[in-house]
Formats: sequence, C-alpha cells, structure tokens
Amino acid sequence: MTQSYYEASARERLAAVLDPSSFQEILPPSARVMSPHLRQLDTPAAFDDGIIVGEGRLDGQPVLAAAQEGGFMGGAVGEVHGAKLVGLLERALDTRPTAVLLLVESGGVRLHEANAGLIAVSEVMRAVLAVRGAGIPVIVLDGGQFGCFGGMGIVARLCDTVIISEEGRLGLSGPEVIETTCGVEEFDSRDRALVWRTVGGKHRTLLGEAGELVADATAAFRAAAIRALALTPDLSLEALEREHAALGQRIERFGECHDAVDIWRALGVEDPERLPLLEAADFNTVTAGKRA
Amino acid sequence: MRDWNTQARNREARLVRAAHLTQGKTVEAKDAAALLSAVLEPGDRVCLEGNNQKQADFLAKVLAGLDPARVHDLHMVQSVLALPEHLDVFDRGVASRLDFSFSGPQGARLAKLVAEGRINIGAIHTYLELFGRYFVDLTPRVSLVCAQAADRAGNLYTGPNTEDTPTIVEATAFKRGIVIAQVNQIVDSLPRVDIPADWVDFVIQSPKPHYIEPLFTRDPAQISEIQVLMAMMAIKGIYAEYEVNRLNHGIGFDTAAIELLLPTYAESLGLKGRICRHWALNPHPALIPAIEAGFVESVHSFGSELGMEKYIEARPDVFFTGPDGSMRSNRAMSQAAGHYACDMFIGSTLQIDLGGNSSTATLGRIAGFGGAPNMGSDARGRRHASPAWLKAGREAREGRGLMPRGQKLVVQMVETFREHMQPAFVERLDAWELAESAGMDLPPVMIYGEDVSHILTEEGIANLLLCRTDEEREQAIRGVAGYTPVGLARDKRMVENLRDRGIIRRPEDLGIDKSLATRDLLAARSVKDLVRASGGLYDPPKRFRNW
Amino acid sequence: METLKFEYRGGRPCNPAQASALAGVVGSGNLEILVEQEPLNGACAVEVVTAAVGFGAIWQAVLDDFFARHPLADVRISINDVGATPAVVSLRLDQAVNAFLGGTA
Repeated sequence: MTQSYYEASARERLAAVLDPSSFQEILPPSARVMSPHLRQLDTPAAFDDGIIVGEGRLDGQPVLAAAQEGGFMGGAVGEVHGAKLVGLLERALDTRPTAVLLLVESGGVRLHEANAGLIAVSEVMRAVLAVRGAGIPVIVLDGGQFGCFGGMGIVARLCDTVIISEEGRLGLSGPEVIETTCGVEEFDSRDRALVWRTVGGKHRTLLGEAGELVADATAAFRAAAIRALALTPDLSLEALEREHAALGQRIERFGECHDAVDIWRALGVEDPERLPLLEAADFNTVTAGKRA
Repeated sequence: MRDWNTQARNREARLVRAAHLTQGKTVEAKDAAALLSAVLEPGDRVCLEGNNQKQADFLAKVLAGLDPARVHDLHMVQSVLALPEHLDVFDRGVASRLDFSFSGPQGARLAKLVAEGRINIGAIHTYLELFGRYFVDLTPRVSLVCAQAADRAGNLYTGPNTEDTPTIVEATAFKRGIVIAQVNQIVDSLPRVDIPADWVDFVIQSPKPHYIEPLFTRDPAQISEIQVLMAMMAIKGIYAEYEVNRLNHGIGFDTAAIELLLPTYAESLGLKGRICRHWALNPHPALIPAIEAGFVESVHSFGSELGMEKYIEARPDVFFTGPDGSMRSNRAMSQAAGHYACDMFIGSTLQIDLGGNSSTATLGRIAGFGGAPNMGSDARGRRHASPAWLKAGREAREGRGLMPRGQKLVVQMVETFREHMQPAFVERLDAWELAESAGMDLPPVMIYGEDVSHILTEEGIANLLLCRTDEEREQAIRGVAGYTPVGLARDKRMVENLRDRGIIRRPEDLGIDKSLATRDLLAARSVKDLVRASGGLYDPPKRFRNW
Repeated sequence: METLKFEYRGGRPCNPAQASALAGVVGSGNLEILVEQEPLNGACAVEVVTAAVGFGAIWQAVLDDFFARHPLADVRISINDVGATPAVVSLRLDQAVNAFLGGTA
C-alpha cells in the first residue's frame, strides 16, 4: 500500500516529500530548544516544540521546509514553535531557496502560551509576506488529522498555494467551536460529512482556497509540491484587487446557498452529492474547470 | 374442577379491553398509551425489545410514561438495557423487577437504582440463557417488539436486524401472551415474512424509525502497533497452530486488528483456506478485506450493522440472506452456533485474576454479560470432532488418565495495562466487591478460568491447557502479565521453565519479528479504506467518516 | 510531572549510524525518546520526564530489561513521556535504538 500522508508523522512526511536523504534539520531535538512556558505549567514538552525546520532539496532544487507534528498539542503554535518557523522564513531571505514548504498541521495558537503564542503567529504572518515579497513562493501542504485552523489557517491563505487532500481541512474556527458558540442547529460538528463538506479538501479546492486536491499519499503530495515550485508570488495591487473582486462575487453567487452541495451544483458539477465519494483523480476529472 | 385454560381466557379479556382502539391489528401511535394501559395488568412479565442493536424505542417511551397507579410492578425481561427509558420504567414505579443480560450504556444508573432499592434484579444472564428461560420460567405475558415493516394482516419483516424477535415472539405467542410490534412502515406487501401474522396481535407505526446502534464498527485508524503485534501472535501462535476454521470474535480493536491482518500477514504465512472460513459474527466492516481476499466462506450474524446492508446483499454466498436479498440475523441461533459449532472464541476483557477468571465488572456499574459467557465457555455437550477441538482436548488431558474428549479454544486477549496505567492483571477481581455492594449471589465473572485455554498479551501467549497444577497456571499467567504488580511478582525460574516447555511463548519463540508490527500491515488503515475494499458498497454511519 | 534518572554500567561501546536518533511523539499514551552518543565514562544515562507520577518501579523494571537487550556504553537516553504503557515504552526504546545504530541492533 502507498504511504499515507495522513498517517505519517511530521518527520516521516518531510523524509517522504523531499528528495531522499536531502533534509538537514536546523535546531534538532538534541539542541533541546524547548518551551519555557509548558515547563512552568507542569505540562509535557517536546524536544523540538512540535515543529521540524530545516533545509533540503525538492526535485534537485534547494528548499527550506517546516513540518508541524499534530500529535504534539494538536500542532498548536507556541513561542518557540513560532520562532523556529519565523527563523526559517527569515533564513529564506538570506539563502534564497527556490521555495519554502510548510507541512501544516495545526489548530492555531497554543492557548497555554497565551500572548506569546498569538505574537508568534502574527510574526509568522509577517515573515511569510516578506518571503513572498522577495519573490520566493511559500507552498502549504495540508493533509493531517488536525487540519489547519485558527491563526495557521490565516497563514495558509497568505501563502502562494495550498496543496490539500480530501482528509485535509482548512478553516478558521474549528467545527466544535462553531457549534459551541452558535448552536448545533447552526453547525453540527458531529456530522462529520457536513464538516468535511464545509472545510474539507474537496470543497476548499472547488472554492479556490486550495490550489490542488491530491490523494492521501506522500508521493502525491511530493508530486504536487514539485509542480508548485514553478509558482511566482504576485503581491501586486492588481492581484489584490482581483482577489477582492472574486471574494465579492463569491457572496453574490453563493450567499443564498445553504450547504456546500448547493455551491457545487451552482458551479455546474453534475451529481454533486457524489463528490465526497470520489477518489482524488476522479474528483479532479469530474470538476475540471469548475472553480468558484 | 380446575380451569386449565386460564391463560387463554385472560388473553381474551385483555384483547376485549383493547378492541375499540384497533383497525384490524393496527393501532395509531396516538393510542399507544391507551393500548398498553388496556392490555397490561399489574405484575405482568413484559419483554421489551432492548436488543443489542435495535430498540423498540417508541414503545419504551410509551411504557415509561404510563400511569403507575394503573400499571405497576411489572417484571421486565429483556436482553439489553440500552435506552434511558429502560430505567425510567423503574424510576417511575411502572416496573419493579428485572431479568436481563447486558446493560452497558445504562450500567451506572442501574447500579444507583439497585443501591436505592428501587429495582429488584432477578438475575443477570447470558443471552441464550435468558432466551431459554422465556420457555421455562420467564415467559413474557406481553412482548413489545420492533420490526422494519408490517403488512395489513400483521405479518412482520424484521430484515437484517431480526436479532431476538423470533425467539421472543415464539415464547409469547405460544403461551397465549400478547405481542405488540412497533414498525417503521405499514405496507401492502413485505419483502419477506419474518414473523407470521398469527403470532402478532397489534401493530403500531411509530412516528420515527426505530433506533439502531452501530456497535460493531471499529475505525482501523485507532488500531495501535501493540494491537498489531498481538494480532500477529494470535494468528501465528493460535489460529495457525490449531487450524482454527470456525470461530467468533468478541468485538474490540484487538480482534479488528486480527480481521485486518488476515489478507496480509495470514496470507503471507500461507494460511488462506486453512483458517477463518466460517464465522458466527456480526457483519463487522473490518472483515470486508478478508472476505474480499477469499478467506471467508460463511458468516452467520446475531444482528446486522448499520451501513453494511448493501455490501451484505452483494455477497449472498457469504452471508445468510432471504430470497428478497436482505440479510436475516438471529441472535438465538447465532449464539447456539457460537457455543457448539465454533472451535474458538477470542475476546478481550478488563481484568484477569491468577486463576484466569476474567471480568468486566467495575465498581459503580452493573454492566452484565451479553453473549460472552456463552461464546467463551467449553461446550460440554458437543460431540462432533474437529482438529482444533481434538488438539485442545488432548493438550488439556494428556497424562491425566481421563476419558478423552475435545475442548473449545477460549482465548482472552488483553494488553497488560489499560488506559491510565490500570493493570489488567489483578490478584482479586473488582467483581468480588461489586457482588458484595450490589447483593449478588456470586461475583459476576464473564469467563471462568476453567474454560480459558490461552491468555494472550503483548508479552506472549500462556497456554493454560498444558498446565497441570494451580501453581503452574498461576505462574503461566504471571509470566505474560508483564510489568504489572502481578507480573513483577513472578517466580522467575518457574516462568523460564514454563517457557522452555512451551507453556509460555514469547513473540520471538513464535518467530515473530516485532519490527514488522506496524500499522502498515493492516489491510485497511481507515474507514475509507474499508469503503474502498468493499467497492463502495459499505456506507459507514456519519460518525465514522472523515471525508 | 516527575523526573526519574537511571544509570547503567557494563555496556559495550557502539558504532552508531548517526549522532542522535528520535522515536515517538509527545502525545497522550505516547512518548518521545532521544538517543545520543556522549562520553559518559562508559555509562548509559537515562532521564525520564513523565506526566504519569509514581511509576518509578515500573520504569526501573522496563529499563533494566531494555539494558539487558541493548547494553550500550556512552549513550544518553532522554525521554518525554505522557503516560505510555510499558508495552509502548519498550517498543519506542527498541525503535530509537534501532534508528541510532542504523538497523543493526
């Protein structure tokens, strides 16, 4: 069986997506750069604070890469975790790699670390824009159990593209938070099919939030990342205005839609109820050219 | 002169009281309470379909809402206490006595009601035992059952989740009792007749379809590497050793791991066609890859499993289906099959003591037994031979000068520590304390040590059949109890000796490379993989999806 | 949280494939194990930082058996544990050592 991206640890993902044996970790576990906040809270800490950063090669091209470990605190961003990510992005300004890869799996800010976590995420956002402003694409891979939510959801959409699998999710507030705040009538977080129709990879791809849907396989993510190396960041005013116009149109076109299936139907997809059942390749064929 | 027909007369009187509510056999849902009030008499023995999976939930609600001044002191006999209403009847004074088998979801509340003296438990049974008593001393006077559909004559279609219904209705109808069925729909023509109209007195279409719980679905994503290792040991150390072809799996992630290792690990050992051909088993989604790979010849089920209906209909050579195509399950028959026609039971438990007795009893909860005591016990009435049965019998009796006979393999499979570092191996079962606090005659043991043939942990397999003294048995158990206090207190020399004699076998002794025990060995690693393996026929309930 | 320290002597010097190796993740029921080569006068030093308090005797037994399987010298083993059972601990120790020694263990 192919290696599942969803099942793999952050380290296994990096090893499988990048060129074999090309990854050199910066601030490895043996450096023990850990969270001072968790120790004070008498909470278990990880040697790498839940994020692996370093440099390697992708299809022979030099890249910087980071991977968040969802198994540690749901991949949440704390002070050190965020600093490693910011440091990596700032390093890109020095070493000028072909691209920066972010293998995201995160619920967002690590609440344990409060303001330090919030500040860390905002610094990540600024660093991402600086890297893109220097003409280096930042590519997000999203396909883990914990999805990409909160501050990291915003970070992902600041990047050049998101490569996502069906199992992957991308959003701001988590489904449980929406249900708790707005009630189960508004959003039943235990209706998993609904959750995935709303924030899952297929819908995000159709809506244009994600650039490409791939199968849950590290090989598929790798191939898509290689394709994305060709991207050139566009932070021009025209690009921004285009984006604003598209978002405005989205409300006009789909504002009355009750469920993602209605949006897919409006996009001209035949048999939209069947989309969640299709494998990635069939999904891409059936929905070719149909994007919001 | 004695009147020998009191039951029939009494039945007639009840039917007369209810006559104004019926159109033929049909009663409207709004008249359900009136119907029950009319046909029930205080002190009646009432069977309510609390099955393992399906629930006559509408009738349960109506029953719990009756006026206790009119209907009181009912004696409830039912398989499972699954719904809050099943205990509301006691809380409200409608019922006062209970005989049952399993109460998992309601175990804590049941314990509380017992402690408060609000409920008088006759006994806790294993399913087949309770069914047997329906024909001896616990015959229901009124039974409240559920079915998918009825026709206008009152025939019932119970479909894939037939479960306990035929047994309950037979016992009730043929002792002049009253059978009331809630159905999802009333149709002109049924797909097939599961319960003949003659046996049914009243049919009520419930406002909502009756509830069915998906109890037998295990998400492969939750299977751990340790469980994969244990599954490898089970397959190589027991299934292959004894050529186990007819079996039942107690539900759990441990057994799901075994099911998912058949097409991969067992196949690599050349075991296809030599093990796991006939099953008494609910239609576990985790069995799909093994079925598709050609391991499985037949499966008879106690009940169905939500989402598996179309897959079952597409595999009629394997499952028991009617001419209409849908499955027919039957708990009583499957339990009989599991007792007499299977060579092995394997399941997990919460606690095991030094005699090999195992229990799922915990303080503050009265959970009952379900089917495990029946499946997990030696069938002394069995007479037909099979290689596995004969081999187990020989191992147990060799050198003891006894009349030779066979023995069923009863395997308890458990990790040495449970969650929160609770040891699974204990000197004294919590069951003793529970018995005392709940006033039980005996400590509630799920499977008696005398019936256990093997104990399998991540540390190895203890073959209790080969033990000849209580001391050997105790050390064999300690020898696989790992780092639990029970395990650490082992007699090291004795355990080494037992290992030399093959009574304890560690993974290395079985030739198992622990580094292969990864999730990559599973034929399916997610629910989606199971859907794929079924060719899209398996339709998992919402809670199991992540797409 | 509890910190436990253990030291073993009489191990054999090893020829690791890498200076350090990591196995596992700091998640509930799991642990991460870092194995590093370090001059320790022949000792094997183990430090366990664990969220499950009061299981020192079991860690001792598990590590004793581990050292019997892999008698290493001049190796530091550092563990962050969140209540993993001995089965998982032993598994990860073996995984970490295998990665450290380059699969020759």
